[in-house]
Amino acid sequence: MKKIEAIIREERLDAVRIALEGQSYFGMTVSEVSGRGRQKGLTLQWRVGEYCVNFLPKIKIEVVVLDEDVPKVLNAITTNARTGEERGDGKIFIIPVEGAVRVRTGEMGENAI
Amino acid sequence: MSINSGDTAWLLISTALVMLMTPALALFYGGMVRRKNVLSTIMMSFAIIALVSILWVVYGYTLSFGPDKGGVIGGLDWLGLMGVGQEPSSVYAKTVPHLAFMMFQATFAIITVALITGAVVERIKFGALLIFSALWLTLVYCPVAHWVWGSGGWLGKLDALDFAGGTVVHVNAGISALALTLVLGPRKGFKERIPMEPNNIPMVVLGAALLWFGWFGFNAGSAVTAGGLASSAFVVTNTAGASAAFTWMILGWIHRRPSVLGAATGAIVGLAAITPAAGFVQPWVGIPIGAIAAMLSYYVMTWRSKANKIDESLDVFACHGVGGTWGVIATGIFATGAVNGVKGLIDDNWLQVPIQMTAIVVIVAFAFSITWLLAKLVDVTVGLRVTKEEETVGLDISQHGERAYGGLLR
Repeated sequence: MKKIEAIIREERLDAVRIALEGQSYFGMTVSEVSGRGRQKGLTLQWRVGEYCVNFLPKIKIEVVVLDEDVPKVLNAITTNARTGEERGDGKIFIIPVEGAVRVRTGEMGENAI
Repeated sequence: MSINSGDTAWLLISTALVMLMTPALALFYGGMVRRKNVLSTIMMSFAIIALVSILWVVYGYTLSFGPDKGGVIGGLDWLGLMGVGQEPSSVYAKTVPHLAFMMFQATFAIITVALITGAVVERIKFGALLIFSALWLTLVYCPVAHWVWGSGGWLGKLDALDFAGGTVVHVNAGISALALTLVLGPRKGFKERIPMEPNNIPMVVLGAALLWFGWFGFNAGSAVTAGGLASSAFVVTNTAGASAAFTWMILGWIHRRPSVLGAATGAIVGLAAITPAAGFVQPWVGIPIGAIAAMLSYYVMTWRSKANKIDESLDVFACHGVGGTWGVIATGIFATGAVNGVKGLIDDNWLQVPIQMTAIVVIVAFAFSITWLLAKLVDVTVGLRVTKEEETVGLDISQHGERAYGGLLR
């Protein structure tokens, strides 16, 4: 099992969710996060002039997948989160998962995801 | 003269309108600070409503409006509202109960003290602010209100014109805000230009809109009659607010984008500027008064922001000090005999502008120096500032033990 942690643009969330559903992954955890990559900050308007906030709002999707599904899930996310902009499309991290438990039934391991 | 029910009804409504302006100011200021200080900022205005309401009926009203002592202060004849009753006063607003006039004036005192708080948000100790506010009301607001509006007040006798509070409220609060900030010092991270993001701009706009709404009571209510003069002041007030909001929006657009925060700020600046003039100028004059106020204030604010020397955090001076000063001078320029029997420069009265400027210089010098001394006094006795740790954590938690947006789930 691997946890795919994808940090993407807010506006790409729905496309990525639909793509994950296409790979039969319906369960996921989504959070609003702030962060920065090469895009650095965001310039906003004050009453006069501007100021820069150092972190941008992004969406983090966490989904735990079977080892053999990793390539196709990564492909589904990257193709749908990519915008063609020069920067700011986000990053994906792949993390090994020790175990999993379905709370309702107590099922363990791959059966729980 | 006997009581006129129309005048009385309008003054009572106006009083309620002006009272609403201070909670509106709390939202206006509260939305602009960081989220850890939103409650503290709101509480400053809210607590001042309670504090000044009490002090006003005990001694504030009689110091400001009581029987004159040498043109400088009111006597203590009306202490605790003794002799202020349901019958009209013999000198003020002779067609409404004296109590109604007293209460109308109370709401002005409240908002003037509350205006100052914008300069010192996010770092002033709450207790120190309350002590300073009580002292400032007593030693700055009451004398200045007496000079300009009190029967026998020396600036009033000089024929200085201030219809609804350009000098007493806006210049007074603006310059005092600057003096208090200079004693208090900047917020942590200000000099390093750490970004300080407003937590809720919709709240700022709601506050600005409610201030605009309340300003009809402030300016049109200052006619203390419900007739033509109130109507004229009402129209010019709305026109000036609109003109300044629009001008500010365009200025922001020229530099980058038409910001919502900018349009809301512009409205307040225009309304401050028209305040002294509202009952003396023709309705169309609201357009130039508002537009010029927005330009002056915009560039003063830009200069302060670029210089990065003085952390007058929410620009009380640039909004009210600058807008108010321009408005007081503009009153001397645009006053027209046809509106209220008083003439300015455009009616060939060359003396009015110098008189207006005298009032400004006197009030700026007096308010700045007394405020500076009061701030020093509070600083060396109880201390004006919270500790570094309290400032880092935020004043909501450190001063009030609360947070604005609680709960794990949003």
